[in-house]
Amino acid sequence: MEVGILKNCSGSAYIEQGKTKIIVAVHGPREAHPKHLALPDRALLRTRYHMAPFSTGERKSPAPTRREIELTKVIREALEPSLLLEEFPKTTIDVFIEVLQADAGTRSAGVTAASLALAEAGIPMRDLVAAIAVGKIGGQLVLDLNEEEDEHGQADMPVAMMPNLNRITLLQLNGRLTKEEIVTGLTLAQKGIGKLYELQRQALKSVVEKNIGE
Amino acid sequence: MDSVTLLRQKDIISVLSTGTRVDGRKLDQYRKANIRVGVYEKADGSAIVSLGNTVVVAGIKLETGEPFPDTPNEGVLAVNLELLPHASPSFEPGPPDENAIEMARIVDRGIRESKSIKSSELCIVPGKKVWIVYVDISAMDHDGNIVDAAGLAAMAALLSCKIPDVRVEGEEFLRLDTKKPIPLVEKPVPVTVAKIGDYLVVDPTLAEEEVSDVKVTVTTLESGVVSSIQKSGSGTLTEDDVRKIYDLALEKGRELRSLLSAGGE
Repeated sequence: MEVGILKNCSGSAYIEQGKTKIIVAVHGPREAHPKHLALPDRALLRTRYHMAPFSTGERKSPAPTRREIELTKVIREALEPSLLLEEFPKTTIDVFIEVLQADAGTRSAGVTAASLALAEAGIPMRDLVAAIAVGKIGGQLVLDLNEEEDEHGQADMPVAMMPNLNRITLLQLNGRLTKEEIVTGLTLAQKGIGKLYELQRQALKSVVEKNIGE
Repeated sequence: MDSVTLLRQKDIISVLSTGTRVDGRKLDQYRKANIRVGVYEKADGSAIVSLGNTVVVAGIKLETGEPFPDTPNEGVLAVNLELLPHASPSFEPGPPDENAIEMARIVDRGIRESKSIKSSELCIVPGKKVWIVYVDISAMDHDGNIVDAAGLAAMAALLSCKIPDVRVEGEEFLRLDTKKPIPLVEKPVPVTVAKIGDYLVVDPTLAEEEVSDVKVTVTTLESGVVSSIQKSGSGTLTEDDVRKIYDLALEKGRELRSLLSAGGE
């Protein structure tokens, strides 16, 4: 994870998780355009999850797919509870998540990086958000499937949490799991998210130290 | 939430704190569900589902086409959902928005991941021709929880759907006049639980959805296995919430499933 790698936005972050590579940029808070979108009591959070045409095995058309539209929504709803949007009425905060290379777990890595970029943009937050997918492969629950594992897996359960507040902000399941597996999976996810959170902290710390050095 | 919605939320929570809901239901009580199948002759399967004042229709059209290269011997399921302008003054005509796409994908995943359709039986000529099952859902009247109604309508329509028998000769095939039901081994049913303040309510009405912090849709099978989960909305959940929501979804799912098996009413 690296924070502040783009120079012309309010905040940015880059994440590599295995072969998955994602860059996130945040613009704002800035004046809402078009104006009628502005909310009187808080900032409007907008996200875009998008995959580059070259990010996948076969070229992906750059037009947004139904999958990308859905992920855009769930990612926005994963980040929103962490932000004090009421601090910036009538503005928009835009979060652009670009998947440069996809090797599964892109929505989770996108959320983790987006939260870092929002932190660098100075948006006040209750907690960072980090995310990881719980997978089931060969009857075994594991964390963070890659694409090959995902293709042969029986289930994929992405989870995002605010680690200090111990709150789930994203939860999806694709595949078949029992109640016990879901509960065990959540505990497993919590552990993984704890580790990601430490990496997030380090990435933020190093950008702050670098900025002070300059 | 704007201040009017916050006031309404306060109202609804104060009623919930007495163990009942604005419409008189208990917190874990589903609305009266009604299912009618075979309502459109030109569709290969169809159903109308109502949950209280929420009404959704589903129609199935079967087409033949090429399978996906990675699953050459399996048929294809495609679920689409339209929020008709009839359903609510807030729905505009036009291509499906993110809400419609999300709900269609929840229904799609719930059915697909349950492996309830034996998709190998939808294969006509391996690698060349398979049945494509288009499930098109239209929300006609919106009083909350369209997604559950859509999932129920999709299942009811699938249960009523008949596939033409075919005679295969080499790579060619002929549609025969006889038909057989779609091979279904499970009945996945989505159940949505809304969290309002600290209260969990099943099958939220529109008024409840508007003041809810978060909704979770859980698709269960009779065995208790879950085939899809989706958290929707900008609130948060605890692990305990997830457990309670699962239990509610399984219990209510079983009620709805028995309704599906009984063919409605």
